Amino acid sequence: MLSALLAMGAIAITLGAVLGFAAIRFRVEGNPLVDKIDAVLPQTQCGQCGYPGCKPYATAIAEGTADINLCPPGGEEGIHKLADLLGTEFKPFGGSTVPKPKSVALIDESTCIGCTLCIQACPVDAIVGAAKQMHTVIAAECTGCELCVPPCPVDCISMEPIADTTGNWKWQYPVYAIMPSQTAP
Amino acid sequence: MRKLHTFHGGVHPATCKTQSNGSPIAKAKLPSKLVIPLRQHVGHSARTTVEVGERVRKGQIIGQADGHVSSAVHASTSGTISAIGMQPVAHPSGLPEPCITLIPDGLDEWMELEPCEDWKAVPHSELRHRLRNAGVVGLGGAVFPSDMKLYAHKHKIKTLVLNGAECEPYITCDDLLMRERAEEVLKGAELMRELLYADEVLIGIEDNKPEAIAAMRDAAGKHSGMEVIAVPTIYPGGGAKQLIRVLTGIEVAAGVRSTDLGVQCFNVGTAYSAWRAIRFGEPLISRIVTVTGNVESPQNFEALIGMPIAELIAQAGNLPGTTGLIMGGPMMGVLLPSDKAGVVKATNCIIAASDALFPPPRPVLPCIRCTRCADACPAELQPQDLYWFARAKNFTKAEEYHLFDCIECGACSYVCPSNIPLVQYYRFAKSEIWAQQAGQKAADAARERHEFRESRLERDKREKAEKLAAKEKAAARSEPAPVSDKPDTKPQDEIARKIQAAIDQAKAQAAEVKPKNTEQLTPQQMAEIAEIEARRARIREIAQASTDAQPRE
Amino acid sequence: MLFSPYITKPDSVSKIMLQVLFALIPGIAIYVWFYGPAILVSLLLASLTALSTEALMLKLRERPIAPFLKDNSALLTAWLLALSIPPLAPWWLIVVGTMFAIAIAKHLYGGLGSNPFNPAMIGYAVLIISFPSQMTHWLAPGGLGSAGLDFQSQLNYIFRGALPDGLTLDGVTMATPLDTLKTQLHMNGQMKSILEMPIYGRLAGVGSEWVSLGFLLGGIYLYARRIIGWHIPAIFLITLFAISGVFHLMDPARYAGPLFQWFSGASMLGAFFILTDPITSPTTPKGRMIFAFGAAILTFLIRVYGGFPDGVAFATLLMNICVPLIDAWTQPAVFGRKDER
Ligand code: SF4
Ligand code: SF4
Ligand code: SF4
Ligand code: SF4
Repeated sequence: MLSALLAMGAIAITLGAVLGFAAIRFRVEGNPLVDKIDAVLPQTQCGQCGYPGCKPYATAIAEGTADINLCPPGGEEGIHKLADLLGTEFKPFGGSTVPKPKSVALIDESTCIGCTLCIQACPVDAIVGAAKQMHTVIAAECTGCELCVPPCPVDCISMEPIADTTGNWKWQYPVYAIMPSQTAP
Repeated sequence: MRKLHTFHGGVHPATCKTQSNGSPIAKAKLPSKLVIPLRQHVGHSARTTVEVGERVRKGQIIGQADGHVSSAVHASTSGTISAIGMQPVAHPSGLPEPCITLIPDGLDEWMELEPCEDWKAVPHSELRHRLRNAGVVGLGGAVFPSDMKLYAHKHKIKTLVLNGAECEPYITCDDLLMRERAEEVLKGAELMRELLYADEVLIGIEDNKPEAIAAMRDAAGKHSGMEVIAVPTIYPGGGAKQLIRVLTGIEVAAGVRSTDLGVQCFNVGTAYSAWRAIRFGEPLISRIVTVTGNVESPQNFEALIGMPIAELIAQAGNLPGTTGLIMGGPMMGVLLPSDKAGVVKATNCIIAASDALFPPPRPVLPCIRCTRCADACPAELQPQDLYWFARAKNFTKAEEYHLFDCIECGACSYVCPSNIPLVQYYRFAKSEIWAQQAGQKAADAARERHEFRESRLERDKREKAEKLAAKEKAAARSEPAPVSDKPDTKPQDEIARKIQAAIDQAKAQAAEVKPKNTEQLTPQQMAEIAEIEARRARIREIAQASTDAQPRE
Repeated sequence: MLFSPYITKPDSVSKIMLQVLFALIPGIAIYVWFYGPAILVSLLLASLTALSTEALMLKLRERPIAPFLKDNSALLTAWLLALSIPPLAPWWLIVVGTMFAIAIAKHLYGGLGSNPFNPAMIGYAVLIISFPSQMTHWLAPGGLGSAGLDFQSQLNYIFRGALPDGLTLDGVTMATPLDTLKTQLHMNGQMKSILEMPIYGRLAGVGSEWVSLGFLLGGIYLYARRIIGWHIPAIFLITLFAISGVFHLMDPARYAGPLFQWFSGASMLGAFFILTDPITSPTTPKGRMIFAFGAAILTFLIRVYGGFPDGVAFATLLMNICVPLIDAWTQPAVFGRKDER
């Protein structure tokens, strides 16, 4: 009895030591978790999650101070990805956070006074223009974060939903009721 | 006899070809208008070169090839451009695409063509250029610009496979083309062989088309190194990969270029159009279309590109009970969103569907893992597993199980006793994965731009602070200030400046270009350089192709 | 009709299952010939129970009832189960077994296509574990046993548990050849003398050997119609033959020969009808061979060393567990990627 206990104890101690050593020896520098989380976030940089950008939100998730269902641009799919990554349960969006259709900003070029305020607001440098010149949005670079909308003094920026084209159209998930079909086209 | 190979799987649906292959190709009557999409090919949409109200002549370019992979679009007859805008096209989404509407004036007046008697004297790059401007694309359904495919290094391609298999039920346009215009098809093949420096031409025709085989054999006697081979009738034996496998034994996996394995494959219709384009200067403005199914007299028409499909069907005779129009065959065709869409270069067949021909689908049951689908899959996939993963939206796993090797032939759905629309699940999964990849790319780009901006702001701030500090210091020095031993700058600033200096130095070093030793190259390096040179030449060629066309604008 | 392909082969689950049922008929006919019509009663009981349980479960799971009832899969489960248990058993035995097979083994695991275990074999396993004594009362084939039973008395026994006056259960039933072999060997009987007992016919038992032949015939029909592939039956039978042959050669006094193994018990039924159940067997050709190989070895081991007379059912269930693993390991190379692995 005693010898068994001793043996068990010895094993436990050895294994513990090995694990402890491994933890120190193979410690990874930096915080790869933050980067991993950041990699699944949509990088819209909109701040709708309540953090100043995607990276800060990623940091907050990694620290455990933020929930995974706060990023509307990521959609439910984003939450699924985060849940997968962190090994937690999926959580639907709560309350006021609802994903919107993907949009891009559009500057009404006849109204724009060239104040450069929107340029300063855009987190991804998607607006080009110079002082007192008309500004315009590079649609391909715009993430649709809407951060440029409020600063504009003449309200010339609107968000245009991205239209369906044959280029970005997706096949739908097949829905088939397991029923004798009465609906022929 | 040549030893033929086989491929895994395949199915034998009723061929339904005799309805439409009994009568010769008829010329479709001039329609009331033409709706010509600007993108009828794989790649970039063509750029319009005409304006509304402009009069164009038959064969005139109305859309210029734009970008690397693109092709020109032409006026199919003479007339006036009445509109340029979004119109329904043959796309499963039913979404519109930019089209040019042309009202024919009935004169059918050609522009001046540039025939070419002695094409062998014309440099290859020029021939390719002409094909591109003639809008020649693959007519078998893939509509890939042919000039892109007709480029090869010497002695790289051994075999040119000409695809006359036409394995899909109902379609007979290639059959009739080969019966009636075998000589020109083979002259086109000769042209392609020349461009590819290929040794042999193998023409594969399914053995349910004896007349076409005979006609082609007859014509092939006049050429050397051309062989017409009857291949077994099996769907999808006319898929490029499958036909290459049957004729040569080579398996071209998804994502692999067949030219890397020494084979190139073209449809017989493409060969014909290429020949017309080079020899007579005629651009691709018409094609042979099988009109069959629920119509009075199923037959083949030579129809102008852009001809509204409703008018084409009317010429074959409308019948009551038509529930929809399928463009292509019953295995891979697209249900047309509207009969107002025009005939495009990919339109090989229009089937008027009726409930009698295509009964409504039976109820879908769960998969019973019977593997009839796997037994039928020509890509040797496990469709039942792919279905499972696609249904569970487990895309990683689906990709791991080679989802992208699926050619969407539909053989699996055809045999499934549970009537599961398998292909639809694969299409869904594929487009979902593409969208995800695009989203990821956009996110990565946004992250990069954001980080760059952050660092730029950081740098600006630092530079400003430094400038300010320097100014203050200068001011402090010039002013006879009370003597103070302590330096004005804080130690942190000092360190920051030193770091900056170090960074600048490193940058300067990195910027210094160290040329590689350009002498004493190994043969391998030389070969690489040669290849790069060849690629440059090709790029120049394409650039020239697009600039050449500019003046017409 | 919205997306291609717009045509389908006129094949359906229901037709496939019907073919399998059809292929069972020769075996059943021979069964009736040798053992009397009692088996028909259990087939009928099983079918009725299966269909009603299926309907009930579909209703509970809020699935459409008609298309699933028409798929004939419940009937097949019922028939296979009925053929694996003694025909002269109290009526509730087959009813309980079938209900368990359909309700628990099939529907609680997700219904058609989702059950990891062969429902009929689960039903059998439950019965043999819960009611071992009832499961050994096999009817003696015609001409053997002390007295025959007419149909009337068979029905009487099944539904009322009453035998005609002066008859005992032991008088009309007997253990199966496999069972007898095991008991006799246990009692240090000699293989030679055991096999000379009247119950062992030419190959593996009067009656049962012919029934097995009937199933073999049905199996060949299924293969000819391409309802099943050759991998599972061929590898199963070859392996069983080989392993029993080797053991038999080593010690003929203790191990019965390969033909005995083939034609006794549920070997044929298992090889062609049970192991080949598509839902619970692997999908890759290689996987199927591994599956059948494992099942054959396990069958042999259970028959020779195990506590149960026949091993097909447990071998099937054990191999069913391995199916996902086997499938994952034996993914075949795809077109054009033959040399990538
Ligand atoms: S809500 Fe906006 S800022 Fe926050 S993680 Fe999502 S995209 Fe990034
Ligand atoms: S342009 Fe406006 S909406 Fe688009 S990324 Fe910049 S700030 Fe956001
Ligand atoms: S054919 Fe249909 S039922 Fe059979 S395995 Fe394939 S998907 Fe499943
Ligand atoms: S559609 Fe794809 S999975 Fe189905 S048979 Fe064709 S290649 Fe195989």
